[in-house]
Amino acid sequence: MIPLPKHSSPQACGVTRRRILGAAAVSSALPFAPVQAKVPASARQAPRWTQAVDLTVNGRAYQLDIDPRTTLLDTLREHLDLTGSKKGCDHGQCGACTVLVGGKRVLSCLTLAAAVRGEVTTIEGLAQAEGTLHPMQQAFIDQDAFQCGYCTPGQILSAVACVKEGHAESDDEIREYMSGNLCRCAAYPPHPGRG
Amino acid sequence: MRAFDYVRATDAAAAVQAGGPDASYLAGGTTLLDLAKLDVMQPQRVIDVNDLTSQFGSIASGAGGLHLGAFVHMAEAAAHPAVLRDYPVVAQSLLLAASPQIRNMATLGGNVLQRTRCSYFRDPSWAACNKRVPGSGCAAFDGVNRKHAVLGTSAQCIATYPGDFAQALIALDATVDIVDASGPRVIPFADLHRLPGSTPERETNLAQGDLITGFTLPALPWAKRSLYLKIRDRQSYEFALASAAVALDLNGGIVRAARIALGGVATKPWRAGEAEAALAGKPVSEETARRAADVAFAGAVTHGENGFKVELGKRTLTRALLQAAAMEV
Repeated sequence: MIPLPKHSSPQACGVTRRRILGAAAVSSALPFAPVQAKVPASARQAPRWTQAVDLTVNGRAYQLDIDPRTTLLDTLREHLDLTGSKKGCDHGQCGACTVLVGGKRVLSCLTLAAAVRGEVTTIEGLAQAEGTLHPMQQAFIDQDAFQCGYCTPGQILSAVACVKEGHAESDDEIREYMSGNLCRCAAYPPHPGRG
Repeated sequence: MRAFDYVRATDAAAAVQAGGPDASYLAGGTTLLDLAKLDVMQPQRVIDVNDLTSQFGSIASGAGGLHLGAFVHMAEAAAHPAVLRDYPVVAQSLLLAASPQIRNMATLGGNVLQRTRCSYFRDPSWAACNKRVPGSGCAAFDGVNRKHAVLGTSAQCIATYPGDFAQALIALDATVDIVDASGPRVIPFADLHRLPGSTPERETNLAQGDLITGFTLPALPWAKRSLYLKIRDRQSYEFALASAAVALDLNGGIVRAARIALGGVATKPWRAGEAEAALAGKPVSEETARRAADVAFAGAVTHGENGFKVELGKRTLTRALLQAAAMEV
């Protein structure tokens, strides 16, 4: 079963796609599950200790006790129920995990949660509390700038920072300064020159 | 990743003290975490040195040259007015590297220590990698080696040093500030990296626990006439197949002095001193530039699929020299 986070979930109602899919997968696997699955020793390696990590994400403070190896991306997704940030490659090559730390765009998959300096902003933190989308989110919708949507949270955060950096003055500049965000659906053409 | 002990260092002395065998410094993390996830790097202790930014994270420009703190992020150095104005090759070598996100995270000190992209080095399921496992052989010799090196290779290793910023540093005679348990020292940047030789697992002359704290570029007024040309499969966010960092001291169209370094083609940052000498006293033309390029690649040794790099490297250097000569400074 999916472990519940130690602290209250940021999700208001507690029902997420992940919980529903997880429950369905467990119940369908029951007739076939071996009595005791063999797990290799290296995978059973428990952390020798956990690390106290304080994070501020989308304006909210969290105090966590986690394996020091936990990346910011995995912390967001697995410990804080903030699954908007996506794991595309886990090696800093695709940009799907892009978040803002201290207002600067960074790759959360190559950031240790324990090493974060600054406040974190994820895709969940862009919209207003009452639901009004951030102009960049609205622009992506208005310009049909996504297909499957998997790269999109990273694209939007990267775009927000790109504009703030002053690197969105021309289509060519946007293409260059958004080159750290890959889109396998190739929904690129609408991105530049808009929003 | 294998489990590790995570500690934060408050200053350089604390960092060096916390070190030991199997300890790694963590700054931006863009190399360490990437390779730890691949089980190529296996630190047992990770020393987070990001708090040293306050001490070693500034850029200073003056009569003595340009000082770049090791904890300056790539993005910051690439956009600094003094770097852009006085050492364009440095700014371009940073801006043409990585991605905007990585440039925000990665520090200059970490950048020069980045590891090869050789796919056999990066994948421990390949047993034969002399760099990862000394004496185990080299899978790249007879394997997928299109991007491997043609300069500085040995019978044990042909892995390319992939960094760009290092080429600007080595071309401009930079020095490196290092701190260890006995205090600070300064070495020429050219002495930082090693040829693979028979010990490809030793990539630098740093001792365990050495911490890079800064770089100094000597004052060089004519470094304003410099650039970094990077040729690669994709227009952006891709390592170099071949690159050239060049600076020219032109007087009445004649080269008084030249600085040349080559990226994407060698096993370490590559100063092309003989090519520089071949240009001295000559005007920069297609012919003289090409002749210098021929000199630069005279010692090239190719393997398998990387033969094209010799001609590509020569053309890259030729074009870079012609473009530098045509600059309005």
